Amino acid sequence: MGLETGALALSIATAIAAGLIGCFAVMRRMALAADAISHVALPGIGVALALRIHPLAGAGAMLFFGTLLIWALESRTRIATETIIGVVFSAALAVGSMMSSGEELIEALFGGSGKLTIGEIVFGFLAAAGVVFFVLKKRNSLILVLVSPEVARTAGINVARLNLLYLETFALAVALGLRYLGVLLMGSMIIIPAATAKRLAGSLSGMLLYAVLAAVLSTVLGSYAAVLLHRPTGPMIISVAAGFFLLSLIRWRA
Amino acid sequence: MPSALEVDNLSISFGETNVFQGLTFSVAEGTSLAIIGPNGCGKTVLFKALVGSISYRGRIQWAPGVRIGYVPQKLDIERDLPITGHDLLLAKGSVTKAREDVTEALLRVGLREAADRPIGVLSGGQFQRLLVAMALVGRPSVLLLDEPTAGVDEPGQEKLNELVRRVQKEKGLTVLLISHDLSVVYRYATNVLCLTRERSWFGAPRQILTPDLLHELYGAPVEFHVHGP
Repeated sequence: MGLETGALALSIATAIAAGLIGCFAVMRRMALAADAISHVALPGIGVALALRIHPLAGAGAMLFFGTLLIWALESRTRIATETIIGVVFSAALAVGSMMSSGEELIEALFGGSGKLTIGEIVFGFLAAAGVVFFVLKKRNSLILVLVSPEVARTAGINVARLNLLYLETFALAVALGLRYLGVLLMGSMIIIPAATAKRLAGSLSGMLLYAVLAAVLSTVLGSYAAVLLHRPTGPMIISVAAGFFLLSLIRWRA
Repeated sequence: MPSALEVDNLSISFGETNVFQGLTFSVAEGTSLAIIGPNGCGKTVLFKALVGSISYRGRIQWAPGVRIGYVPQKLDIERDLPITGHDLLLAKGSVTKAREDVTEALLRVGLREAADRPIGVLSGGQFQRLLVAMALVGRPSVLLLDEPTAGVDEPGQEKLNELVRRVQKEKGLTVLLISHDLSVVYRYATNVLCLTRERSWFGAPRQILTPDLLHELYGAPVEFHVHGP
């Protein structure tokens, strides 16, 4: 098994993580937040390139603190989440684009084609496993917080802490996809399969399952189509995912 | 009788706006407290403070070991989510380590196959009964019900009231109920807490629900009819 196979296996692991974390993002109506959080990575990548450290380290650090900022603003102030997201989103994009050159920016936004190192692959699998573990272990608490923070509190859940954990896990999932999908497309990878699953499923387990299936199928089909048609991988994967979403709309009307 | 809850000089404000001030009342174990008042007087806010969801000044003291079952007025989600009643009850059961309560709770509220369907397709009455079932999972000793009969037709309301009444009797629960239905208040409540932005009244229904107070609370003469016998 070479690095090529390892990279494909990692992109499938990433898809599973994205599908699962995305279900709760869609149910929490934070599809827009997903985009904003992924953009927070951009200035981090710029700083890392300037300091000649690994871009993922910069992105990861920035995602961690950006998420903390969104969480703190949301829980300490009474500003609408939408407003916070809008501000953070635009600021991150502006700062990020100032700090990186044109080509680097395109790569950061849409993913790169460079070969993955062993270290990146190992980090990727660990992070994906972490995201999957969190969602499956905490799904019941997440559902209760989602339907009613008061009910969740009476069940003994620390609502603020769980929300922070969720956002940080979300940021981790974004960091996972940065290398091959880029900032812009990873947000879509989290949201689109989950949105498809929401239309098709009739229960929570069904939604989690369909989201994973849609994400993995998009990744595999998209990766092969990219090779066959000589197109960049990331945009191809997201186009396939969007295709599945459109199909789910037709099925619904039938 | 020991108190399940003691509230002393409770005040809540959002920024500059006072919701209410200096609220003092207590609820004895196994009794019912009805909370009434015009819309926007802070009834739901009071419940949120009681479970520690929002910050407040003053003292809220639950008896040691109290477990609360909360019936929210509405859920914070869109109704078209692929979540079934079972999903909700199992979530509550898992988190409170009382999964075995789920079947009993469903039987008690008379929902079985309906609990397997997404919550969006349930009728108003079924949905409210599902929320009551969710509150009953986890062996509560206190129930907080925020207008459990809102949006339910009249026979359904009667059924829900009877249901809560029966569970309370069988399990010796303490019940706090936000209601607009004065006949229910008269029939079931041990004490009443009337809230307005300016002040509050607390006492037995027959002592404090005078025509003058009702006029002050609702701004117009209130007629109420007693349902049933």
